[in-house]
Amino acid sequence: MASKPRIKLPKKASAGEVITIKTLISHEMESGQRKDKEGNTIPRQIINKFTCAFEGATVFECDLDPAISANPFFEFTAKVDKSGTFKFTWVDDDGSVYETEQAIEVA
Amino acid sequence: MKSTIIKSGLLAAAASLALTAFAAADPVDEKLVIDGEEMITRAKAPEGHPFEEVLSGWLYREAETRSLEEDSFENPGMLSVEEGEEIWNTVEGTAGKSCASCHDDAADTMAGIAAHYPKWDADAKRPINIELQINKCREENMGAEPYAFDKGGQKELTAYIKHQSLGEPVSVDLSQGEMQAWWDKGKDLYYTRTGQLNLSCASCHEQNNGNYIRADHLSQGQVNGFPTYRLKTGLTSLHNRFRGCVRDTRAEIPTAFSDDLMALETYVTWRGTGLSVETPSVRQ
Repeated sequence: MASKPRIKLPKKASAGEVITIKTLISHEMESGQRKDKEGNTIPRQIINKFTCAFEGATVFECDLDPAISANPFFEFTAKVDKSGTFKFTWVDDDGSVYETEQAIEVA
Repeated sequence: MKSTIIKSGLLAAAASLALTAFAAADPVDEKLVIDGEEMITRAKAPEGHPFEEVLSGWLYREAETRSLEEDSFENPGMLSVEEGEEIWNTVEGTAGKSCASCHDDAADTMAGIAAHYPKWDADAKRPINIELQINKCREENMGAEPYAFDKGGQKELTAYIKHQSLGEPVSVDLSQGEMQAWWDKGKDLYYTRTGQLNLSCASCHEQNNGNYIRADHLSQGQVNGFPTYRLKTGLTSLHNRFRGCVRDTRAEIPTAFSDDLMALETYVTWRGTGLSVETPSVRQ
């Protein structure tokens, strides 16, 4: 259901800099509250968890609930002291895990 | 944001007589930079234009709305542009072709193209816009069904193609075919009052841009950002917007891509000459 996850963060930063990270994933975020034309409940299918980790250490994580709109967007900041890779993970109700990553060079 | 006073009693029904009760608020004096590229949001009006300067609708929006357009990552319209890219590369029709089969990479072949539509179509003997150009290609070259208005990916593909002209100044060539006659017809329509509210396009967008009509900050009604991402309706095509505007005057709603609306598109596009294509712009 989800298409490619997208992230935006700088490729380079200075040590100790606070960088802004933006993420977006296309997803229906079907709440489970809606009914189809025949009156049957459309089963819930949402992204229920999002995690951002830097070199194994969690930077930001959150649980998502059915009230979150389609195509969830997150913006948060992180302080970077050394070069490394940010890993981003979205977990779908159907068990799918969508992942992407980006390295940052700290001078 | 300047505070504004909206006088009581300013209901749409009173629009024809309450024009003096519009509260004034100027468009902002800021620069629109999308991913590092500066857009032209103020341009010297072409000869014969009622204004000295044409202004992008971006300048009339709230700060939060404006900032959404400044970063293509945050612009919700870009999701539709990505869908349009998929359609561009999808084979459809009896000829077994996609858009890309002939036009390759849109980033090269479509760069700057959409800034110069509507164009004269010698076969149809009328101006055509990107939507109609796509349909023409689908029928003649792909052997596919033309898109019905706003259906089947028409908006998304149009947005994708127009997005390749991001930043390119709008200009229409009125010397082609009978474009000038269609421009004249569009101008007539622009100034013709219609509907139970007896409003013309000019009533709001020429005489009262910068003023408020109820909670709406009226812009010059430029079309350089269409298809546009509207906060209340998502990706919105130009002819949908035209129809919505006409509906709000409580007039009979013209059909999308009809002669009337193509004439109006030709004229209104000319009114925005020199503004950057902003597709997909973000508006209220």
